[in-house]
Amino acid sequence: MERPLTEHIPLDGSWLRLKDYERVGGYQGLREALKLTPKEVIDRVKDAGLRGRGGAGFATGLKWSLVPTVDQIPQPRYLIANGDEMEPGTFKDRLLLEGNPHQLIEGMIIASYAIQADYSYVFLRWGYQFAEKALQEAIHEAYQAGYLGKNILGSGFSHELSVHISAGRYICGEETALINALEGKRANPRTKPPFPVVSGFFGRPTVVNNIETLSNVPHILSKGVSWYKSLSKCEDGGTKLYGVSGKVKKPGLWELPLGTSFREILEEYAGGMLDGYQFRGALPGGGSTDFITAEHIDVAMDYNSVPKVGSRMGTGTVIVLDDKTCVVGMVLNLEHFFAQESCGWCTPCREGLPWTEKLLLAIEEGRGRMEDLKIFDDLTRYMAPGHTFCALAPGAMEPLQSALKHFREDFERHIHEHRCPWK
Amino acid sequence: MATIYIDNVPYQVKDGDNMLSACLALGFNITYFCWHPALHSVGACRQCAIVRYRDENDTRGRIVMACMEPVVDQARISIESPEAKKFRTQNIESLMINHPHDCPVCDEGGECHLQDMTVMSGHNYRRYRFKKRTHLNQYLGPFLHHEMNRCIQCYRCVRFYNDYAEGKDFGVFAVHDDVYFGRFTPGVLENEFSGNLVEVCPTGVFTDKTLRKHYTRKWDLTNAPTICHHCSLGCNIIASERYGSLRRILNRYNGEVNGYFICDRGRFGYEHVNSERRIRHALKQDPAGQWQGMKTKQALAEIQQKLRAARKVIGIGSPRASLESNFLLQQLVGADHFYAGVSAKQAKLVQEVLHIMQNSGVRTPSLKETESYDAILVLGEDVTHTAPMLALTLRQAAKNQPKEKAKALKIAEWNDAAVREVIQGQKGPLFIAAPYATRLDDAARACHRAHPDVLAQLGFAVAHQIDAHAPTVETSGAVQAFVSQVAEALQAARKPLIVAGTSLMHEALIHAAANVALALKKLGKQSGLFYIVPEVNSLGLTMLGGQDLDAALEEVEKGGVDMAIVLENDLYRRLPAERVDRFFQRVPTVVVLDALANRTGEKAQYVLPAGTFAESSGTVVNNEGRAQRFYQVFKPHDDIRSSWKWLQQFVNDSALAQTNLDGVIIRLTAAYPDLKGILEAAPGADFRVGTQKIPREPHRYSGRTAMLAHIQVSEPKPPEDPDSPLSFTMEGYVGTPPAPLTPFFWSPGWNSVQSVNKYQQEIAGMLKGGNPGKRLIEASEQATMSYFTDMPTVSMPPNGQLSIWPAYHIFGSEELSAQSAPIQERIPEPYVAISTADAAKLQVNEGMRVQMQLNGTTIELTVQVRNDIPEGLAAIPAGWEAWAGITYPFFTTLNPIHS
Repeated sequence: MERPLTEHIPLDGSWLRLKDYERVGGYQGLREALKLTPKEVIDRVKDAGLRGRGGAGFATGLKWSLVPTVDQIPQPRYLIANGDEMEPGTFKDRLLLEGNPHQLIEGMIIASYAIQADYSYVFLRWGYQFAEKALQEAIHEAYQAGYLGKNILGSGFSHELSVHISAGRYICGEETALINALEGKRANPRTKPPFPVVSGFFGRPTVVNNIETLSNVPHILSKGVSWYKSLSKCEDGGTKLYGVSGKVKKPGLWELPLGTSFREILEEYAGGMLDGYQFRGALPGGGSTDFITAEHIDVAMDYNSVPKVGSRMGTGTVIVLDDKTCVVGMVLNLEHFFAQESCGWCTPCREGLPWTEKLLLAIEEGRGRMEDLKIFDDLTRYMAPGHTFCALAPGAMEPLQSALKHFREDFERHIHEHRCPWK
Repeated sequence: MATIYIDNVPYQVKDGDNMLSACLALGFNITYFCWHPALHSVGACRQCAIVRYRDENDTRGRIVMACMEPVVDQARISIESPEAKKFRTQNIESLMINHPHDCPVCDEGGECHLQDMTVMSGHNYRRYRFKKRTHLNQYLGPFLHHEMNRCIQCYRCVRFYNDYAEGKDFGVFAVHDDVYFGRFTPGVLENEFSGNLVEVCPTGVFTDKTLRKHYTRKWDLTNAPTICHHCSLGCNIIASERYGSLRRILNRYNGEVNGYFICDRGRFGYEHVNSERRIRHALKQDPAGQWQGMKTKQALAEIQQKLRAARKVIGIGSPRASLESNFLLQQLVGADHFYAGVSAKQAKLVQEVLHIMQNSGVRTPSLKETESYDAILVLGEDVTHTAPMLALTLRQAAKNQPKEKAKALKIAEWNDAAVREVIQGQKGPLFIAAPYATRLDDAARACHRAHPDVLAQLGFAVAHQIDAHAPTVETSGAVQAFVSQVAEALQAARKPLIVAGTSLMHEALIHAAANVALALKKLGKQSGLFYIVPEVNSLGLTMLGGQDLDAALEEVEKGGVDMAIVLENDLYRRLPAERVDRFFQRVPTVVVLDALANRTGEKAQYVLPAGTFAESSGTVVNNEGRAQRFYQVFKPHDDIRSSWKWLQQFVNDSALAQTNLDGVIIRLTAAYPDLKGILEAAPGADFRVGTQKIPREPHRYSGRTAMLAHIQVSEPKPPEDPDSPLSFTMEGYVGTPPAPLTPFFWSPGWNSVQSVNKYQQEIAGMLKGGNPGKRLIEASEQATMSYFTDMPTVSMPPNGQLSIWPAYHIFGSEELSAQSAPIQERIPEPYVAISTADAAKLQVNEGMRVQMQLNGTTIELTVQVRNDIPEGLAAIPAGWEAWAGITYPFFTTLNPIHS
């Protein structure tokens, strides 16, 4: 089984230096890309079936193709690598950033070439300080080697890349809020349309891609579309970084074929539940996805299959709920996070999430009322997709609405017993 | 036009609009907060949810925000669907979570958009049972009271203050349900348009602090449509009274003048009406200098007697008095003996402006129209201080060219945040040439600071570069670079606008501006020319003709003038004190009609209590040449009456003496065909809706039977108003009166100022029945004005002296508003601003006290050393009482005071 994204990451905690990266085929993808026209690069990525790994699963090649040509809107234009990984339970980009920064840089240069961006930025989570160090040094190496700067590898294409350290808000992971933050403004999301591909960073055409997404790009170019598609177990191409946290034997992160089944990830890679703990459910793709339960355990973890069991692929990093953990407490913890991370722009999110959190706290502390469950039903519908300005609140409602669906009796027990039965 | 289906009924609406605006224009009620007709859509509050259907087969649809949903032909939406209604109710429920529900003690109560929307949404009972978040409030200066707990986070305040008015000292802080709107630290809100937050805020976070000092419930106010008297723009306002004192000013929407906003001078300058310096009864000064109050009847008899006995009576009119008052004075003394009451220099300037407006063939746009120009040159005006609202409209105009980029990306104009993201901080071609830094410089693409003579040369040079036939002028290299930049930008524009005015008292500047506009017109551009004149009725007074004040003094010097009547005019603000003193020495009987005690009144033999704008009705002509009627707000209990009513008592013409305002206007227009348009400025006193007058008081008015019960238990008959179709009662027509007669905006369910939507033909467009006011001057296609050729040479002071020029201040430079306590808190300390080079030469430092000789008197000022002042120049604040009558420029020395 091939693991192109992670196989060369040193196991000693260091990162893959330029010479080592080049030795294992690094920057061959870039050399290949520069032989093609930008449109041909985009077509390859389209054909490869690469879908955005940030959570929404939007087709990467399609996103790039939506950028107007230089004839339509002249430069400058920008590429931004979204390294603001703050989704609860998610730690996949961190590995790529800390272990193989050149892979990201190469992907960014190729993507920039494809959309003819003259500048790119890595928007990095403040807490990722090792990643920052690795990235800064890697960028320096890339400049020294002529992969960045003027006239890259004699192609005539020039590109500048730098790192921006985020002040640290969950909402900065939302691409338009990220752009506002990068411009030095409040990290509020922007309205769409216009999409960033048309009016993004400083009002210029901008593509925002996830770190993992961009890390896939060099391999598509260097090893080809059919190879890339063969990595996957589903119609979309490539591998995926899957993670598992919770009361499992071996919590961790693995690069596996896209479409690997949930059961396989849980039982074979995470080693199954810790002894004495029963599996009750899981958030398959980070904190803002719906619970799946034991009946869905065979679902294939890909962008088309997970929605069929009522959840989302999200970031592909699983949080497991066991029978000794209070689901109300777990959801309370999540909603506390989401309420705190609301940017305060739109009403449902700003007001609805703190109310949700306070209701959960009341229930958890034994002060809940049965009519609170009715309020939850109202609030989850109120904060449904499309009702709010961005996806934060609808995402925040996913664990709550699915917990109410699958574990309603736990909520009711809290209310009837006036306490948390798990304490 | 597009056809849209609202709850399955087809409607014709404007293409390219958003659904909220379209639905409101059709008269539908949809709840909203963050959308504002001038600030447009951002989709933050989620209150205007509707259901949008894919097509006629789609029965489910999806919730969308009406303000963010473009109008497209054949679109199907539902306002009434249960899903949309439930969403709107839930959204209010959420918004009200932290609201203090302090309506009974809230200043906003009864006029609160949040109350209206809450009722409209159907949210009644609270389910939230936890603690509310609370905030500390800030001190924001004398104008605004801050009560953050009431905030529903609609973001309108920052969108107005920061995005629209481009203020810098306000913002949104913190995140999630803790967001806070205010200043970084408590302190005076600096922006000159801050008062609009009172109306922009949908609830009681920002309320009028001046109203709070003498609070009354909004529904208990007696209101009248009137015109702001504090500069020449003539913004439309609503003034409100209770118990004989003026309580507040609100903006009165006029789609061609001020739109939705007014400046802080206009909003908070009204307190002079309630001043302790008001003259409330006729007064007489005996030869020993003793004053005594008089009964009106006796005063009239004595003055009439004096008039009969006098051989030669002159009248001195005023640019701050109405056309009617000036006209009656002129009728009383005769046209030959009527003097306009402004210095020869100023009179000449305004005459030049009028001459150019009438003969250049270049359009003078309305104030609101200035927003539509795509390249602007401001020549010699600090507009924020000389015509404040123009600064706000020019700020919007400066974005027109950058906005084209958004248009090219097919971003709708109402998609406010998206438009701003495209244009970022880009500045359109707005150029400012002024002697010193102006408050609008931050919006300009380039500024040039120089001696006003150089500015005039610069203007001539721009005209010459645009049209080689325009007279040429030698300019220095630095000036030439700016000239080229400006000329190229103006030539590249579709609608270039030139702004100039009288503030620097510099005729060549006015001519230079005209030359630029003429050159652009020759090029086939839709050029505009917008002159700022000194006062509310400067242009109207000039249209009435009459000689200037210098001529009056000369006449007096000649001898034989044994009586003078001074109408609403402090002559000491017009000419140097010793010349005015001489006038009083030479004229045995001077009758002054004015509202406030001033130096002129103190020298008079008789003073009659004239009404301010609040106690008078009349007509004024703004700088655009728009005649606008203002109406009396209330009948004072004392002897105050409109000046023209006092003057009626003295005219020999019995028909004129007995007629009402309409009668005066008919006589006036008969005498002045150019002013015929003022008949159309507003309906006459006979106007009725059916048989009904328009009530000044809302039908919710309370306490009428009780408010005077401590004096008289039987309810007095309400005062009559023979001069207008407005009544001093709550009875009468409830509905939409003609726009010039709208005393307040109200519509069922819409108790706040947002109800103005119901008075407009289309949202942010013309008022129903047309915007108030009548333009008296239109540019003629046949006009053949030739270029002015009076290029000045630069007149520099002799060595060791400085050339002193006026620096205007929104707070302080205007006579009446400077008498208002809240404004007085904002008036800067007297200063003299000099260049860094001159400071070094004169060996004075920042903050040092200096003396300056002014027409024989010595004034003390604090030195400001500024790098925006050109060498050889100095600026002192204009209009300060002690030196308001001086003529600029003058040369003088600064003498440091050594303690």
